[in-house]
Amino acid sequence: MPLFLNDEQTMLRDTAKDFVAASAPVSHMRALRDANDATGFSRDLWKQFAEMGFTGILIGEDAGGLGLGHVEAGVVLEEIGRNLSPSPFLSTAVAAVEALKGTAQAERWFPGILAGETVAALAIDEGAKHRSTVEMKAERAGNGFRLTGKKQFVTHGHVADLLIVAARTAGSAADEQGVTLFAVPKDAAGLTATPERLADASLAARIAFDGVEVDADAVIGEVDAGRDPLNRLLRAGRTGAAAEMLGVGGGAMDMTVSYLKERKQFGTLIGSFQALQHRAAHLYSEMEVARAAVLKAQQLLDAGDDRAMQAVSVAKAMTGLATTLSVQEGVQMHGGMGMTDAFDIGFYMKRGRVLAEMFGDSNFHADLLATTAGY
Amino acid sequence: MTTDLDTFRKETRAWLEANCPPEMREPIRTEKDAVWGGRDQSDLTPAQKQWMDAMGSRGWTVPDWPREYGGGGLSAAETKVLREEMAAIRARNPLNSFGISMLGPALLKYGTEAQKKRFLPEIARGEIRWCQGYSEPNAGSDLASLATSAEDKGDHFLVNGQKIWTSYADKADWIFCLVRTDRTNKHNGISFVLFDMRTPGVSTKPILLISGYSPFCETFFDNVKVPKENLVGELNKGWDVAKYLLGHEREMISGMGLGGTGGKNPLVLGALATIGVDHDGKLADPLLRAQIALFEVRAKAFAAQSERFIDELKAGRAHPAQPSMMKYYGTELNKARYELLMSAGGSDELEWESEASNGGREARAWLRTKANSIEGGTSEVQLNIIAKRILELPA
Ligand SMILES: Cc1cc2nc3c(=O)[nH]c(=O)nc-3n(C[C@H](O)[C@H](O)[C@H](O)COP(=O)(O)OP(=O)(O)OC[C@H]3O[C@@H](n4cnc5c(N)ncnc54)[C@H](O)[C@@H]3O)c2cc1C
Repeated sequence: MPLFLNDEQTMLRDTAKDFVAASAPVSHMRALRDANDATGFSRDLWKQFAEMGFTGILIGEDAGGLGLGHVEAGVVLEEIGRNLSPSPFLSTAVAAVEALKGTAQAERWFPGILAGETVAALAIDEGAKHRSTVEMKAERAGNGFRLTGKKQFVTHGHVADLLIVAARTAGSAADEQGVTLFAVPKDAAGLTATPERLADASLAARIAFDGVEVDADAVIGEVDAGRDPLNRLLRAGRTGAAAEMLGVGGGAMDMTVSYLKERKQFGTLIGSFQALQHRAAHLYSEMEVARAAVLKAQQLLDAGDDRAMQAVSVAKAMTGLATTLSVQEGVQMHGGMGMTDAFDIGFYMKRGRVLAEMFGDSNFHADLLATTAGY
Repeated sequence: MTTDLDTFRKETRAWLEANCPPEMREPIRTEKDAVWGGRDQSDLTPAQKQWMDAMGSRGWTVPDWPREYGGGGLSAAETKVLREEMAAIRARNPLNSFGISMLGPALLKYGTEAQKKRFLPEIARGEIRWCQGYSEPNAGSDLASLATSAEDKGDHFLVNGQKIWTSYADKADWIFCLVRTDRTNKHNGISFVLFDMRTPGVSTKPILLISGYSPFCETFFDNVKVPKENLVGELNKGWDVAKYLLGHEREMISGMGLGGTGGKNPLVLGALATIGVDHDGKLADPLLRAQIALFEVRAKAFAAQSERFIDELKAGRAHPAQPSMMKYYGTELNKARYELLMSAGGSDELEWESEASNGGREARAWLRTKANSIEGGTSEVQLNIIAKRILELPA
């Protein structure tokens, strides 16, 4: 398979590009922020995503979806990133769908996701840095389980219809086994979600589980064997976050390059200064390399290749590095303008930082690569 | 369902298995391990010669060139399969050649039918070794200011002047050379000619590099007669050929960024040997470990980018200036790799002549990489090209 988009994927990209730019450009995000919107995204827009078929990209055709892959999901995510569109697409249509796929829970939740009615959130992080440890407890109770513990950085957690929760049914925090993944409906008693606004104006909840009781059938996959669906979720989430970051970094770069072509100082366009040209050209090179890393990870995931895990870490780490550079250079090369709230480039910096942290930052993934390689 | 490509893969695997000698499946360790071909093949080991000839006779040294010019006539997809299967058995590159990576593509595009028929099959089989006569003492980054002159003498050109940095000029059989055929026009007064290094009036003088090696020469031309039929492309339009060729040179040099992405990581092996591990089994120098890990992120991402670039190139989708980006990134990456290798190796790698250090192999290779971002156009020049041609920033 060549490492570029095929004709159908290119068509999908063009459709997504037009659609997201028209229905949720940066001004859409700015308006939500200015209104201090309590949901954090537009439910209407989520419905439109469903009408476009986007919410079913990763859902099999037998279940009413499009039966496409991570390359296609990434194409949509990149446009979401480029337009800084607040959307539950990554958590719901990508990460949650991958976790639920092939489990008994799929039947229950896929129709709502396909219809653009259901929003899922991922309750997997327990500290301020993403780690693979799971401490939160799930004890057997009645014919189900009782969940006790805390999660944070749960995007859309306060409004989600479904929470995917990783909890420990055996062993201790760092153990691979003994983790179970649960599908917890939002109205479960004992669950408190406290939304916090993040630097990029998105909302992420801190969630307290105070003896939340769920039925046995809330288990995603098998008891104690939750690493399987959790790993599927993480692979998809990390790749997806990388694709979205690619959009953020690319969007920031495009804005910056345009600015270099229009801003004059010393009687000349600043883009003619070699000091800035070289930095812009370097940035371009980093973004190209990141783009390749993302596509490679997506293709390997779609092919079910053993090397996918490594490629996903490379993609997440590389886009983290490249996009961080892009937003930093973006603000710097916009000069004073770059520091103003009125100008969009700062939004890119904030969104880039949030995505860089999500599902593990560059250091986390570089460390993972090193550990896996045995050093 | 088996496709034609699956069948091709199977046959290719079997052929490589049968024809690639075991010695050619070992990593390249010294300069001597690289095969360059040429008239004088007395230095080649039997295995090197066997491997070069086997691949050359199939046209697989240049798999995607047309068969009539000594190539393999393979499609882009088949070429990729061949590369993958070679990588799977860790087969060495059968032949390094400026003919393959630089002159060949230029001849395919700009050569006459007679030139293609004459020169390309020899390149494919590694029979003639080529060198590149571009740079001059006063024409480096500003290559188009070159002064070596070629005077029209009816049936031939009379070439006079000096080149510099001519890699392996003392070992090469022929040279592809930029000469000035019109003094009144900077870019449109340059021509592209080929000639035998044994032609009377050609002489070379080695240049010693900081690595202690001297694979580079000053090359002098004193009334060298070059037959007119050896002009490639139109008279005074050699700059187009030169630029096209430079694109291919940059593409080739960018491959340096790929070193060490497969198999056991030499950075890690080096560091494990000198520094060892802590109680968790991790490299005992956490900062070096972090540097290596972050370097690996870039190296692996660049490997993906190289694959993407080749795929796009073969499909005719790559931006014509994209080789500049590849060259820039790949060479800077390779320099970073060698800084880390030296750091991982510690004082062992600093020994310049000892047996233990294999004659200072790593240190010399480290120093050699510093030229990566200079040869074939400096990093600064590549960034200029990206800025102007890809990002379209103003002049
Ligand atoms: C190991 C090695 C092998 C080589 N092999 C060959 C060969 O086989 N055949 C051949 O013909 N040549 C060869 N070269 C020559 C090579 O192409 C030139 O060295 C190169 O193009 C740079 O030219 P220069 O050395 O004259 O540096 P200069 O052009 O003098 O550059 C000096 C410095 O100024 C910078 N600079 C120059 N112009 C600009 C600009 N416009 N903007 C910003 N910075 C600029 C450069 O980037 C560099 O840092 C080789 C060189 C080396 C080191």
